[in-house]
Amino acid sequence: MAAQDLLRIEGLRTSFRTSAGLVRAVDGIDLSVKRGQTLGIVGESGCGKSMLSLSIMRLVPPPGRITEGRVLLEGRDLLTLSTAEMRQVRGGQIAMIFQEPMTSLNPVHSVGKQITEAMRVHSPGSSAGQLRDEAIAALKRVRIPSPERRFDEYPHQLSGGMRQRVMIAMALACRPRLLIADEPTTALDVTVQAQILDLLRELQAETGMSIILITHDLGVVAEMADEIAVLYAGKVAERAPSRALFEDPQHPYTLGLLGSVPRLDEERDRLLAIDGSVPPPFAFPSGCRFHPRCPFSIGPCTTAQPPLRELAAGHEAACIRAPIETSLSLEDAA
Amino acid sequence: MSTLLEVEGLARHYPVKKGVLVQRQIGTVRAVDGVSFSVKRGETLALVGESGCGKSTTARLVLRLIEPSAGTIRFDGQDVTHAGGAAMRALRRRMQIVFQDPYASLNPRLTVGDAIAEPMQVHGIGDADARRAKVQELLRLVGLAAFHAERYPHEFSGGQRQRIGIARALSVEPDLVVCDEPVSALDVSIQAQVVNLMKDLQARLGLSYLFIAHDLSVVKHMADRVAVMYLGQIMEIGDKRSLFRDPRHPYTRALLAAIPHPDPARRGKVTPLGGDVPSPMNIPPGCRFHTRCPFAQDRCRSEAPELRAVGSNHAAACHFSESLPDAGLDYSGGLTEAAARRLALYDAARRRAA
Repeated sequence: MAAQDLLRIEGLRTSFRTSAGLVRAVDGIDLSVKRGQTLGIVGESGCGKSMLSLSIMRLVPPPGRITEGRVLLEGRDLLTLSTAEMRQVRGGQIAMIFQEPMTSLNPVHSVGKQITEAMRVHSPGSSAGQLRDEAIAALKRVRIPSPERRFDEYPHQLSGGMRQRVMIAMALACRPRLLIADEPTTALDVTVQAQILDLLRELQAETGMSIILITHDLGVVAEMADEIAVLYAGKVAERAPSRALFEDPQHPYTLGLLGSVPRLDEERDRLLAIDGSVPPPFAFPSGCRFHPRCPFSIGPCTTAQPPLRELAAGHEAACIRAPIETSLSLEDAA
Repeated sequence: MSTLLEVEGLARHYPVKKGVLVQRQIGTVRAVDGVSFSVKRGETLALVGESGCGKSTTARLVLRLIEPSAGTIRFDGQDVTHAGGAAMRALRRRMQIVFQDPYASLNPRLTVGDAIAEPMQVHGIGDADARRAKVQELLRLVGLAAFHAERYPHEFSGGQRQRIGIARALSVEPDLVVCDEPVSALDVSIQAQVVNLMKDLQARLGLSYLFIAHDLSVVKHMADRVAVMYLGQIMEIGDKRSLFRDPRHPYTRALLAAIPHPDPARRGKVTPLGGDVPSPMNIPPGCRFHTRCPFAQDRCRSEAPELRAVGSNHAAACHFSESLPDAGLDYSGGLTEAAARRLALYDAARRRAA
């Protein structure tokens, strides 16, 4: 394991046994997150991105089960830890924030009570006064104005952006090494989103934490991530350093996503949509899971699952036809 | 192009009451506070703004799904504001709406065919056979298959449901379709399909759209003209090109500057606007944007700016429109050559397959 990796996921599989059959929500994923860096995970609904983050935290809801693989945090496999040890990791070394800050906060407890609660679990010796001071410091860290007053307020008294700041303050209270942010700005307005992204970047620079940023928004991931993994139907379709992914996109699904986003910096009459829709996980197609929607698919794509292949340094794509221009010109020559 | 919809001084205020037995009014929420705009035939006007700016309320006021507190609405020369039952029903046939949430806006107990035929039934258009034929035609028009008419909404994905919602709106052959965030709930690849479909339908049927959205990238793609709303009023309205190239209101600039571009080479250029939107119960005096405006002067705190022309087909409600510094917006970049080439191959292959 490379020394700079904080987290390394190897061959992770998470499945659900349902009446409709075995659902492989996460199906053999290998990823790593470097210290102090941000890994962006991009995909549409049903691609398995949220189930991947729940798997890392070992919070997969039953009947889901992690069936295979390792999740190594600084070399220690989280999947082998006892429940008590794992509880120390959650909130301690790894923290998580979610899309909807209103449903993640308890409406009947004050903001302060909810922050100190998390702190008390991880530092049981502290007095109430110490906890209060620490919580106010945590609110100050996420640039909440007049934190002393906010400490005693309730979630409904805060705006959406403020609530997400409170969630971040809670998540960072115990100085985690890794923050998993699952669509942290999706429910926010664009001006507030910009504030929260700025804040996350500043906090990362201050604390040196790593971030896994899960999003469907290519703009957000371009703004934040050092490396990006594009997920499709429970598998990694493409993985690359950020700039390489946008400047040299290889997987047809990545191309389709790039073509689907309307851009401010380009005039296009028609968007280049991807035909069809993401298959439900109990009906994943054989072979490459993208092949029914892929304009480049050929015979072998329908039968064999393509492995991730390195096309440039640190840039991998799970497509037998990448780079596509080479495949097409070979075909023309033949 | 002739004007189809004309809205003037439109407002909707909600009283805020306190007390259980003896209620007294303790304030007013000015959800929409004097909005004027027009939509021409075949044109798309986008209403954009952040949550709580009143854009969705405006959309519903136009259709009189909510009664306005003040103002007038004229549709094709007829007064909508005071239209009675029969006249209103006739007008409603010509103005339809597509909602944001394709999961909540279809009755789960009606087959798709019945859902699409329902507006025709309400308006007494055709007999059962004619309606059935029309449903088949509409399903094909929005890219679904005729056999889908027998199915129920839960059997469809979000994008397909939005197509059904569009077919339903089009069933009575309206002139104006109010689209209330029609693609916000959809995944990007599906969003692109629906956006393309809506543009095709407009070109084919000559529809006018009042397009409500919060995503300026989608708006830039869809709209001919854009109105930017903040706390119940229009801050800036204009031709799309001129508004995006040279925004004359600080709020429009802030919105544009906050959008992250799908281009890591341009990282860090996003500039967030400070603060939060004030409560619509407690609108700041003077210019309602002054509490967050980086250019605010004394005059802005006391005197509300009127929406006034700042160019041809372009108006802004800012005292200092003309003297604002350069917006510093950068629309350069775009796709790299390699990405553009592969996208072109992708598109060509897609067309061949279709």
